[in-house]
Amino acid sequence: MLGLGADRLRADMNRLLALLFHQGVLDEQFLQLQQLQDETSPNFVYEVVTIFFNESEKLLRNLRELLLDKEFSDYKKIGIHLNQFMGSSSSIGAKRVRNVCVAFRAASEQNNRAGCLRALELLEHEYCYLKNKLHELFQIEQQRAMAAAVRYPIQD
Amino acid sequence: MGMAAEAQFHVLAVDDSLIDRKLIERLLKTSSYQVTTVDSGSKALEFLGLREDDQTDPNPPSVSSNHHEMEVNLIITDYCMPGMTGYDLLKKIKESSSLKDIPVVIMSSENVPSRISRCLEEGAEEFFLKPVQLSDVNRLRPHLLKGKLKEQQEQLQIEQLLPLPPPPPPAVQQQQLQPQPPSNKRKAIEEGLSPERRRPRYSGLAMV
Repeated sequence: MLGLGADRLRADMNRLLALLFHQGVLDEQFLQLQQLQDETSPNFVYEVVTIFFNESEKLLRNLRELLLDKEFSDYKKIGIHLNQFMGSSSSIGAKRVRNVCVAFRAASEQNNRAGCLRALELLEHEYCYLKNKLHELFQIEQQRAMAAAVRYPIQD
Repeated sequence: MGMAAEAQFHVLAVDDSLIDRKLIERLLKTSSYQVTTVDSGSKALEFLGLREDDQTDPNPPSVSSNHHEMEVNLIITDYCMPGMTGYDLLKKIKESSSLKDIPVVIMSSENVPSRISRCLEEGAEEFFLKPVQLSDVNRLRPHLLKGKLKEQQEQLQIEQLLPLPPPPPPAVQQQQLQPQPPSNKRKAIEEGLSPERRRPRYSGLAMV
């Protein structure tokens, strides 16, 4: 029987995706990304998400540096970083991350430093969770692709 | 599959966000458009052969010497960009005699009605809210086809105009009162249909 492992892994993937949707971590935009992936662009989701990770980590570093600086006062700059973060998280369907950015931006518009620090912590937490889950998803997908390519019966 | 027999439409996409550039490129390529992406309004103008001082550059920068042959059929641009915003870019394009007929579409992550109407008033064909989806990209086709049709009509007129036409002699003038230019005909047909149309003309495709 070919691809039994692949079927089970696909089920695992779907279960993980359903969980992430249920938790509001991802929204339909992530599905749109998956729909744009095909034979001509087989790694599209992975590529886009990788860019997102790189950009996000830079943004988080910048935000942290700004806020932890004793002399900090540049709320406008915080706003600019957050707009970028909001845009990119929205583009990949990272709903919870985006929502924290919105709250963060509100705090920065009120020049509320304590509020900003709290929001930053929450943002880092949400981002970490998202990153771990997406890595898990990619791992399962990779295993599934390999299992589906197997031409001989898989011993369980 | 991807190889269309007809010439492909070429879209220039402008966005400072790398993720959004990747997204829009994929969306457009999935719809069989040829795509060029740039990350700023000034690079867009450079690509289009328009210098900052609004003079059309006879020798566009040699980033790719093929630019002159790569005609752009539509420009889609983000609104919020550092330096030149999408709105500034739209204005510059509409003010340029060589570029003003290229349809321009604006994208924005923020739903600001005054922003939207400002862009439409300045001549943008559509305003898409981000994240842009395939259903949005489907709305580009009519604008591209209209541009192509206009181009073909102009081409036809040029071909018919060998030397400059003399003013029509009086005998012929009575005949020429009858035929109406194609656009009026189309309008007349549409007005005929309008009692049956419930939806406004703009939403040719169902809005989900």
